Amino acid sequence: MNAVRRALGNAVVQAFLVVIGLVWMTPLAGLFLSSLRSAEDTAKGGWWTVFTGPGQLSFENYSALLENSGITQAFWNTVLISVPTTVLVVVIAALAGYAFAWLDFPGRDAVFLAVVALLVVPVQIGLLPVAKLFGQLGLFGTIPGVVLFHVAYGLPFAVFLLRNYFAEMPKEMLEAARMDGGSEWRIFTRLVLPVGRPAIASLAIFQFLWVWNDMLVALLFADSSSQPLTVQLQSQIRQFGSNIDVLAPGAFLSLIVPVVVFFAFQRHFVQGVMAGSVK
Amino acid sequence: MTATMVKEANPPAPVHPDGARGRRLRRRGRVIALLFAFPALLLLGALVVYPVLFSIGRSFFDASGNEFVGGGNYAEMFRDPTTLKAVRNTAIWVVVAPTLLTGLGLILAVLVEKVRWATAFKLLLFMPMAVSFLAAGIIFRLAYDEDPDKGVLNAAVVSVHDAFEGSSSYPAARARDGEGLTKGPDGSYATGAEVSPGGTTTLLGLVGVAPKDLPGDAEPAAGAAAGKAGADEVRGVVYLDFTPGGGGEPGVVDREESGLPGVTVEAVRDGGTVARTTTAADGSFRFTGLDGGSYALKLPSSNFAPPYDGISWLGPALVTPAIIGAYLWIWTGFAMVLIGAGLAALPRDALEAARMDGANEWQIFRRITVPLLGPVLTVVFVTLVINVMKVFDLVYIIAPGPVQADATVLATQMWLVSFGGGNNQGLGSALGVLLLLLVIPAMVFNVRRFRRSER
Repeated sequence: MNAVRRALGNAVVQAFLVVIGLVWMTPLAGLFLSSLRSAEDTAKGGWWTVFTGPGQLSFENYSALLENSGITQAFWNTVLISVPTTVLVVVIAALAGYAFAWLDFPGRDAVFLAVVALLVVPVQIGLLPVAKLFGQLGLFGTIPGVVLFHVAYGLPFAVFLLRNYFAEMPKEMLEAARMDGGSEWRIFTRLVLPVGRPAIASLAIFQFLWVWNDMLVALLFADSSSQPLTVQLQSQIRQFGSNIDVLAPGAFLSLIVPVVVFFAFQRHFVQGVMAGSVK
Repeated sequence: MTATMVKEANPPAPVHPDGARGRRLRRRGRVIALLFAFPALLLLGALVVYPVLFSIGRSFFDASGNEFVGGGNYAEMFRDPTTLKAVRNTAIWVVVAPTLLTGLGLILAVLVEKVRWATAFKLLLFMPMAVSFLAAGIIFRLAYDEDPDKGVLNAAVVSVHDAFEGSSSYPAARARDGEGLTKGPDGSYATGAEVSPGGTTTLLGLVGVAPKDLPGDAEPAAGAAAGKAGADEVRGVVYLDFTPGGGGEPGVVDREESGLPGVTVEAVRDGGTVARTTTAADGSFRFTGLDGGSYALKLPSSNFAPPYDGISWLGPALVTPAIIGAYLWIWTGFAMVLIGAGLAALPRDALEAARMDGANEWQIFRRITVPLLGPVLTVVFVTLVINVMKVFDLVYIIAPGPVQADATVLATQMWLVSFGGGNNQGLGSALGVLLLLLVIPAMVFNVRRFRRSER
């Protein structure tokens, strides 16, 4: 009797989770199928009509997208923004994380607490002042400007994550290296970086996805020649219906890179998100 | 005080703690340390700390930046109806989204433990975290489309609605004046009370149905119109009183005129419905087993109701819940995975002991799992609150232009006021400062949590 009830309960749970899973997949499936249909077909009926009329599907939208210089330029801009940002954040945060964990300087712990406090500062508050600053420096509207802003606002989390990871290293390991007369730079590159690799990987993936997916920062700091894919697509959203043959494949193009990165490095990604909670 | 806070607060072990050489070495160590930390401190100072201070100062000046207005911008924030709307919407977001997400995440985290494909399920739900708000926005603009032929949500809603309520077949149909049918106040049509069993076939002619809107199975009504009713039977035919190409006679079933299938017909006596039926392919209907006497025939208004169009997801009333729905799609996986990790760390023996004592699953969940998960749930909730406060892209993308003012939140309002046409950077700065003030409790929470972990 009990076993029957348990089996029944389990079947209900399975069915419930299957339904949730299907609900979760539907939006993405809908976008993908929509991206393979012409704007005229989309105006006539929803993407599910392809199940009765598969003739609507074609890759024409995607080949048109590759011909669209605005989109391809924006795609490269996205790469040119997110890759350097990721590298810079990792390098700068690793240096600082090591200093906060193992080196001594006046006010170190108070400064680090300030970094912890900065974790939650909303990006919005920086937009206006930094825009003015960049205007004076000639960085406004350029890719380096976008990158610098992202680096600065990525740093609190990055320094926090790496400092905490480095601090877990056994003290004896570092002392032994210092006794051997290794310079701090040598210890950093030969010992700390290799040991910190898992945390650095999590950070890099997380940072990359964050910047790749950003729209707000680039909306302000990038001009039309330096804008990433998100901003380029956003500018077409006013004519949602008639532009759907660009928006749907464009959105799919912009999400396929992070989704592939996610599946390739899911373990690091999940760890990064968990470490970054309460950010 | 700060020195005891950090666990490994050890200076680099000086080789010679005393003497001039020791001091020199220590100073050298400090310089090196500062060099390591310098790039980060420079960027944080110039692009994060300085802007915070600048914004606070700027928020006390007017739009031009020349005139000191004190708290004027902050008062304006709660006077201006659109900004006030943004404050209200942000409050709705902050209360609703984290609560739903934490609850949903908790339920799913507990349930997913019971199936073998837990990992696959977690991956699937977590994946939207990798998708940009822009792409998610486009996805949900598509899904929320009001036309049930285009938006998947309304397609589902309409098909569920029609399965239960039935869809009306002839929204535009009407009767000709003076041909026997009178329109009731509720939109129904009825004959006078003169139909009795055993009489001739009653002809109920309607117009206003375009030939292309006729159901595919409709057949000519002429045959049915000629039939004779049995002694206890009322017969009739509902037909389209219109001959394509012209030449038909109103009130008469001409040879080419079609029956109207699927129309509900009621027999009414003394104001009460005594029988109900639906017309066949040729528009014919009959009631059998009626008592003698006279009846009225009524075509209820459900035949003529306008088609159900689903829900206006992106209309002013529902746009915020709709965008929160999209947000749930993105963040549920996060809540589930984090709570799941907390669940895995629960002491197994407490759960086992409760099971041995005969507690059922619900009791275990209520009395043991949830209380033990308290700290994890708090972290998830706080994280979500911080993120929800800053929500920008989703609202900006999903809300169509005309309802943007109804969907606006602090982050979008700050953007619109400062850069998107408002061009009032004083008020914009004040909104930014308000956002900062709202996350200060989270800041305190973070700092305290960190200090506790370092003890």
